[in-house]
Amino acid sequence: MGNVAIGPGEESLGVSNGKVGMWTFLVMDAMTFAGFLAGYARLRWKEPLIEGTAWPNPYETFGTVGIQLTAFNTFVLVCSSVTMVHALAEVMRGNMERAQKWMLATIVGGLFFLGIQGFEWTHLILDVWPYIFDPNHSVDYNLNFAATFFSLTGFHGGHVSVGVMYNIILYLGMSRGKITANHGDFVEIAGLYWHFVDLIWILVFTFVYLI
Amino acid sequence: MQWFGSTDAKRIGIMYITFAALSGVLGTILSLMIRAELAAPGLNLMSDDFYLTLPGMHASAMIFFFIIPMYAGFANFILPIQVGAPDMAFPKLNLAAFWLLPPAAIIAFSGYLIDSAPQFGWTGYPPLSNSVYSPQIGADLWLLGLVIVGTSSTMGAVNFLSTAFNMRCKGMTLFQLPLFTWSVIVMSFLVLASTPVLTSALLMLNLERLFPNTFYFFAPEGGGDPILYQHLFWFYSHPAVYIMILPGFGMVSEIIPTFSRKPIFGYAVMVWSMIAIAFLGFLVWAHHMFTSGIGLTVRMVFMFLTMLIAVPTGIKIFSWIGTIWGGSLKFSTSMMFSLGFIAMFTIGGLSGVVLAAVPVDIQLHDTYYVVAHIHYVLVAGSVMTIFAGFYFWYPKMTGRMLNEKLGHIHFWGTSIFINVTFFVQHYLGVKGMPRRYADYDPIFADLNLVSSVGSFALFAFQFVFFFNLFYSLKKGAVAGPNPWEDAQTLEWTIASPPDHHQFHHPPVWTPIDRSHGHDHGHDLAAAE
Repeated sequence: MGNVAIGPGEESLGVSNGKVGMWTFLVMDAMTFAGFLAGYARLRWKEPLIEGTAWPNPYETFGTVGIQLTAFNTFVLVCSSVTMVHALAEVMRGNMERAQKWMLATIVGGLFFLGIQGFEWTHLILDVWPYIFDPNHSVDYNLNFAATFFSLTGFHGGHVSVGVMYNIILYLGMSRGKITANHGDFVEIAGLYWHFVDLIWILVFTFVYLI
Repeated sequence: MQWFGSTDAKRIGIMYITFAALSGVLGTILSLMIRAELAAPGLNLMSDDFYLTLPGMHASAMIFFFIIPMYAGFANFILPIQVGAPDMAFPKLNLAAFWLLPPAAIIAFSGYLIDSAPQFGWTGYPPLSNSVYSPQIGADLWLLGLVIVGTSSTMGAVNFLSTAFNMRCKGMTLFQLPLFTWSVIVMSFLVLASTPVLTSALLMLNLERLFPNTFYFFAPEGGGDPILYQHLFWFYSHPAVYIMILPGFGMVSEIIPTFSRKPIFGYAVMVWSMIAIAFLGFLVWAHHMFTSGIGLTVRMVFMFLTMLIAVPTGIKIFSWIGTIWGGSLKFSTSMMFSLGFIAMFTIGGLSGVVLAAVPVDIQLHDTYYVVAHIHYVLVAGSVMTIFAGFYFWYPKMTGRMLNEKLGHIHFWGTSIFINVTFFVQHYLGVKGMPRRYADYDPIFADLNLVSSVGSFALFAFQFVFFFNLFYSLKKGAVAGPNPWEDAQTLEWTIASPPDHHQFHHPPVWTPIDRSHGHDHGHDLAAAE
């Protein structure tokens, strides 16, 4: 809202500026992910680099356990969207204490996701793709897979981190009484962002891990 | 000091315009160095290595730090007033978006201070731009600067869209909006959909440069695909040429009706043709890649789609002519610049249709014909509209009129020497002179000399403009709210310069018959 008083007739679409701004921002952000996904798709589906080599099978790269772990992580992230919806619902009802608890659950979900992702990255860098730091490595599709994997999931992880910080700010605002039942809009806008991050992760998960 | 932290969109707009003008001077100096070197064959003034940095840095300065911020500046000042809003939707975001620009410019150009400016041109095509062929740190800084600029312009676009869609005053429906506001809306959609794709490509290139053995996106020796970069890059950079001209179309669409003393001819068609240009702009990026080895069928499709853009663009040009037709014309400087824009932009558009043809493009690719085409579009197009906008809105921004006599001198000098500088480059290109080379065959000497002389004369006439800007700030005639008398949009109903939160009462727009151009809307609150 900034420092401009919103008077009658100033919200032409009948929703707050914040919501319009977040939606337009999300259009933009979706296009950034589209760029990374296009890079992934192009590298994966071009003609074979060397006769007989093929794009690495994700099941072999991550292992069944690895895929199951990430599937569980996906589940956690989707659940954190559900808790976000509950937080908003409680704010709308004016029940700020419950809203605070749901918000805390959302934050924990996000942090859990980041923790698992950090664990997974460590494992991949040290054990699965150790040769990516070897200057004399041979040319292999694994390198392209690693590059697109780290850029896509890293960019997404950055979004989750921002979302967690965003939610922490809202949580602190609630606990200090600065965000009250009248500020449902704030929580709703944060929710838009959080659901978007979830949605993108489902795409990334499907593309990188499953297909 | 009150200025630097002000969240008033009008002040931010003027800061944008000042910043853009300074970048424009920097870009112009770089281009003059190019023209000085090319004035005669042989390496005369500088080393090969230094020359190679010039075309890319000139283009980056002009595109990312001059034209785009300049339009953002005008939009910041004018758009909130035209829609009847007290300010932008997110004033603080607006201020932050502006303040990303100066550091971005410093970072992008600091390569020159440490003698390591990138040498691969503004497109940054890998593998030329990767760490093997361009190891210099200046290239990393340039990439970083561009990512920051992209962030800034997307922040601006979010703000323009929210303001234009959500803060319109009573009676200001979407199809009552002035055409300049419409052009900023369409431009903002282009920014939203295309700039992040460039950001993703630049981030990938950055990763590839910083971790040379880890990340292979574009390097062919690591299984990467250089053509992928070209696709991502042009998916931004083709729409970017419309980002750099649509607000100019909007400005001209305000100026021509004002000085023809007639409503715009075909308002709705003007809006829809802008939307069509934007839509088609996303379908034609591969016409920059006709020589990159992509399939013939793909090239034919892109050729057809590219030629299609001439249709909505032609509609706009005929609408402007239709507005002038039978009008009672006043030849103020901004009208002169608008008329000059129509004439010369048409040349630029036609040479674009020529380049769109696959067989012709294969012949002319990376020759001076392409240089001539892009300069007709961006100098005779965008820069002429920026000048038109300056002469038109300067009284609103400062409360003083620009001197019309100096303005006419500036107009004639500029438009004559734009043609002297750039028209001969078509011939250079057809004869086969390649772009981005410091030296050339002596058979190109005469035309190059003409072009260089033209460019220095063009530069000299800009001093008239800058003198006029500063002189009129103190000595110009006092403007009053509506110095042009026939201007109809909301910004001309309030004081010049407008007060903070421009409207004392929320304005009310009386809807007018836009498609047939009868009667004029007005502001009831201001008429009180």
